[in-house]
Amino acid sequence: MTQYLIRRTLGAVLVMWAVATLVFFMLRAVPGDPVAAMLFDVGDAAAVAQLRAKFGLDQPIYIQYFKWFVLLLHGDLGNSIYGSRIAVSRIVLEALPRTLSLASLSFVIAVVIAVPAGIISAVRRYSKLDHTVTVVAFLGLSMPDFWVGIVLIIVFASHLQWLPAIGYEPMSQGFWPWFSHLILPAIAVGTAFSAIIARMIRSSMLEVLKTEYVNVARAKGLMKWRIILVHALPNALIPVVTVLGIALALLMAGAVVVENVFAIKGLGRVLIGGILNRDYPVVQGAILVVSAIFVFANLIVDVLYTVIDPRIRLD
Amino acid sequence: MSDLVQPVAPDEESEFIARARRSAQWRSFFLRDKKALIGIVVLTVLIFAAVFASVVSPYDPNGMDFSFMLPPSFVHPLGTDDLGRDLLSRLIYGTRISLFVGIITVAIALAVGVFLGLLAGYLGGFVDTVIMRYIDLQWAFPNFIIAVYLVAVFGTGLSNVIVAISLAYVDDFARLTRGMVLSIKQEQYVDAARTLGASEWRIMWRHILPNAVAPLIVQATVSVSYAILAEASLSFLGLGVGADTPTWGLILADARSFFSRAWWLGVFPGLFIMVTVLSINFLGDALRDLLDVREVKDAG
Repeated sequence: MTQYLIRRTLGAVLVMWAVATLVFFMLRAVPGDPVAAMLFDVGDAAAVAQLRAKFGLDQPIYIQYFKWFVLLLHGDLGNSIYGSRIAVSRIVLEALPRTLSLASLSFVIAVVIAVPAGIISAVRRYSKLDHTVTVVAFLGLSMPDFWVGIVLIIVFASHLQWLPAIGYEPMSQGFWPWFSHLILPAIAVGTAFSAIIARMIRSSMLEVLKTEYVNVARAKGLMKWRIILVHALPNALIPVVTVLGIALALLMAGAVVVENVFAIKGLGRVLIGGILNRDYPVVQGAILVVSAIFVFANLIVDVLYTVIDPRIRLD
Repeated sequence: MSDLVQPVAPDEESEFIARARRSAQWRSFFLRDKKALIGIVVLTVLIFAAVFASVVSPYDPNGMDFSFMLPPSFVHPLGTDDLGRDLLSRLIYGTRISLFVGIITVAIALAVGVFLGLLAGYLGGFVDTVIMRYIDLQWAFPNFIIAVYLVAVFGTGLSNVIVAISLAYVDDFARLTRGMVLSIKQEQYVDAARTLGASEWRIMWRHILPNAVAPLIVQATVSVSYAILAEASLSFLGLGVGADTPTWGLILADARSFFSRAWWLGVFPGLFIMVTVLSINFLGDALRDLLDVREVKDAG
């Protein structure tokens, strides 16, 4: 197990290094000069040359890469080229808790809805309830997350005025301010995720209910819900864990878009803002952090998978 | 001997029966599976609307007048926006971009992904290692984030958006094809073809690929719906096709400051996206049942 953990962690670190390298070289392969972008394409040649020298852009690309990489290892992601030239690492650190809050709350809401829906759907297969769950799941998969956000704002913020439409309050301001700002975006992000999980649970639960050991439990005269929750559910959840990695992709992507609907200054808003401003250090930093979260979340999912299902061989 | 009583050669007969069975399967596919029927009907209507947008839409999509932000009525079925443009007409024109981008990106991703997957799975060795390392790298990002990053690198505009979304989905097809090839490679008929002296290319294209088609069709259908959602999201974020083309995402983005006063501007564009994606998902699900493909895992 320890060996497996070490190997997987090294693998993830290697992937992160490759990602960082790719991100560095791709942004430099773009036609167009970051310095020109910085000077809003109006600087004269001398000013451009001066700035290039200042940022080391006149040096060969591999030296730039090496310097950049050493700084990266120290947690230095460079400075934003806008305004007061704040360190990108600071911008990202400020944004990170917002995105993580949003993603975790979406995750919790999605699971709380999807697990019971999936179980009921499987147990009462082909009933009206099952069909309803199926249709709702299809709708959930088909609605763009940002539009769900918009509709929620129209209904709950504009018309009913129950909840704030935009912004973010940290948990330190109290639970309710935090929760009331996040609940609508969390539903918007979690809808598709919830639909996927519900369908997965339904199909894997149906498989498990067909197995012999469930029949044995039934023959022993166990209560129906005990069979379902204690005997069948744990095994039915195993395949669900495998799609968690994919579902995480949905959560991250969803957060990036939905943060922009609700004006939450998380990683997604930082990323998109950076792109629209051509603020390349910020784009680079945000992309690296997003993919780091994703890679390590997937690592955790893989490890979790071997823990909950000892039958899986580690090689 | 007349043609009628001419005995049918055994393999000709089975070919005939197989064809009849196949066509019966397709017919019952649309008749029995209501989801497939709904999907096909809605998609046909949408494609028709996209192709004949200039005939079908009641107004010029960019025609402005003084009828600002009118709620839905008989004159403007879905209302008008802040510049007095007819929402329905704009959404009908938006169908063009959405369907076009959705289909073309998946076609590109499919072609590139299948090619890479075939090479990796069939040739193995060094080629496989290189291709798989690249795919692992893509795996380190959610697909949509790749598309966002590529638009950041290439810039906005129709062709850049198409390239960005296609590249973002290449890994799904490559991974799927490679997996299929690895399992089909073990089949005896591949050995048989090789024994008969078939070339590697012939084995790949004529013997392996056709047997990997069913899961690819299902994956492609699902991917079209993701690509449409991705295009809408990019447009919404201001990273889309361009400010002068009415796309569903852009119409929503433009209407952002008016949602509290004009709900129709926020609701209808999303409904168009939802109905389109839903009908594609219905079709994909029905195809999955018909072609007997197990759940294809993919998202985002």
